[in-house]
Amino acid sequence: MREMIISELSRALHEIARGFAHFLPRLIVMLVLALVGWIIAYVVKAALRSILRLIKFDKLSENAGASQLLTTAALPSATEVLSRFVFWVTWIGFILLGVHALGILGLQQQVAKFFLFLPRVFVAIFVMFLGLLAASFFARAALLAAVNANVPSPRVLSVALRSIIIVFVLSIVFEELGLAEQTMLVAFGIAFGALMLGLAIAFGMGGRDLAKRFLERKFVRSKKDATENENEPSPL
Amino acid sequence: MVLWTEMKLAEESFLTDDFVRQLIDVGEVDILVGLPTHNSAKTIGSIVHAIQSGILRGFPRERAVIINADGGSRDGTPQVVTGIAIDDVRPAANLHALRTLHSISTRYANSPASQVAFRTILAAAELLRAKACVMISPESVNIEPEWIFKLLRPIYHDGFDLLTPTYRRHKFEGLLITNLLYPMTRALYGLRIRETYSPEFAFSGRFGSQFLAQNIWNDGTGGAGVELRFTLAAITGKFRICQSFLGEKSHIERHAADLVPALRQTVGTLFSALEADFPIWSVVAGSRPVPTTGADQELVMDPLRINRKRLREMFTTGVAELESVFQSILAPSTLAELQSIARLGEEEFRYPAELWVRTVYEFAASYWKSVISRDHIIQALAPLFRGRAFTFLMENRNSSAQDVENNIEGLCLEFERLKPYLLQLWKSGE
Repeated sequence: MREMIISELSRALHEIARGFAHFLPRLIVMLVLALVGWIIAYVVKAALRSILRLIKFDKLSENAGASQLLTTAALPSATEVLSRFVFWVTWIGFILLGVHALGILGLQQQVAKFFLFLPRVFVAIFVMFLGLLAASFFARAALLAAVNANVPSPRVLSVALRSIIIVFVLSIVFEELGLAEQTMLVAFGIAFGALMLGLAIAFGMGGRDLAKRFLERKFVRSKKDATENENEPSPL
Repeated sequence: MVLWTEMKLAEESFLTDDFVRQLIDVGEVDILVGLPTHNSAKTIGSIVHAIQSGILRGFPRERAVIINADGGSRDGTPQVVTGIAIDDVRPAANLHALRTLHSISTRYANSPASQVAFRTILAAAELLRAKACVMISPESVNIEPEWIFKLLRPIYHDGFDLLTPTYRRHKFEGLLITNLLYPMTRALYGLRIRETYSPEFAFSGRFGSQFLAQNIWNDGTGGAGVELRFTLAAITGKFRICQSFLGEKSHIERHAADLVPALRQTVGTLFSALEADFPIWSVVAGSRPVPTTGADQELVMDPLRINRKRLREMFTTGVAELESVFQSILAPSTLAELQSIARLGEEEFRYPAELWVRTVYEFAASYWKSVISRDHIIQALAPLFRGRAFTFLMENRNSSAQDVENNIEGLCLEFERLKPYLLQLWKSGE
């Protein structure tokens, strides 16, 4: 009996030792991968930061309106945020590779999912950036055109246009990420519909006189307006 | 050999085969009159009469041609131009030509584009080896036959390469020229040319060919503001330039909406030229006059109905609404000064020359640095220009011609004095 217990114990200990001996190299591989990953991620971050500074990415981001968002959220510059993001994605990628090397079945599936998800994250970021750039450009174009055409409340027009574009871009981003697709679709539909309905009511009811004046000026051109325009001196 | 050269030129040219055939029929000429048109049938007849009469009086022995470059007229303008016979002019003025005066027409596109029209005329001038060329605007309804002689004589007889006109015009007409184009080109390029952007001008065949060979037609701008580019090319190429007083400039009705296109054509062109011309304008100090026949400029002092209130309102609205845009373009101190004058009442409002010059220079530097879309920078200048125009009107409402002239001269000197500021802005962006 005693011998049996000792034998079982020694076998169990032996199996633990064998399991540990089997696991230890994998753990070392994981740690090495994490260390190498950190070095590579750091180099990638430094290189990316230099490239972004060289192409004046902060200026571009300022023009896109992304810098204002970052400042409001008390975050560093766009160059810094993007290079840090790439650093963490790269390092986490290496750590997950290391986790994969451990050979734990459940974790392996999660790691595979993460790597499949990564391209979608990058596409979403790219779409978001381009969307902000487009929103900023078109909002400014609308503002300038409205000011020079002497349209009332030009800033409201510009902000409305920017908001519509940003809502549209956000819906694309969420769809790309696969996050709450149905909710986003419904929310976008409701928000867009509400906006259009609001504008229709505003023009129809609240802005009836304004719309009337606008249409008259556009298509009827009263004598008074014609005189007003003609009374500007010729620039050339 | 001559025929082979002509055929080769025709092959390389963008001109239509039919137009090249017409040009070959004309043969070499001494004088070429370029007439770009678009739906100008109502006025073009009298202009062609004046041109023909001017050629018969001033250049009866020279071989001459009128080239009409039409931008898709639907009112029969080309037929009017080519249908006017020289015999209609001769008996009336008792004039006799010793050569045939040709009139030919080509449709360069289905919609008007001044740069394409000018390029067509330049190409025709090169093919015909014209010695002296003149551009006449279809809007110049008060053109006199003497204009042709005044425009062409310095080119044809005195060896000048570019002649720009000076006019008699109302003291409040052409405010963009008097408050920006003239003083800024004078300060930067060092030559006192009053009308750097004019629909009428004359040039030598030599300079025309050289300009035609430049790469401006395919640089992405499509040659926009080509008239100003032409003048700047003559200055930077060190061609011989002169001015000639023509007479009263035709009054063209313009609306408030015309300001932005005018700014694009002129100020946009000037700002974009500064980049390539930096080695030239950065070393120029002061300015010198160019040889001028007749008056430098004559001012008409008649009362003119102008909606001053609207100008000031559009300035005030612009400064308030475009603050975020101006933050990208202007220095904080300049923006603060603009905001403070925007708060002033009509009587106290004044946009001083020094602030205006700083504004323009900061816009020019921002345009070069492309801090935002370049077209947006030009559009953002419109409300500020209206503020400056308002001040100019207020300062000169009771002024004599000499006082107005002194005011413009003072602004020019301010542009020259502050030129180091522009250089400083430029160097900070390098």
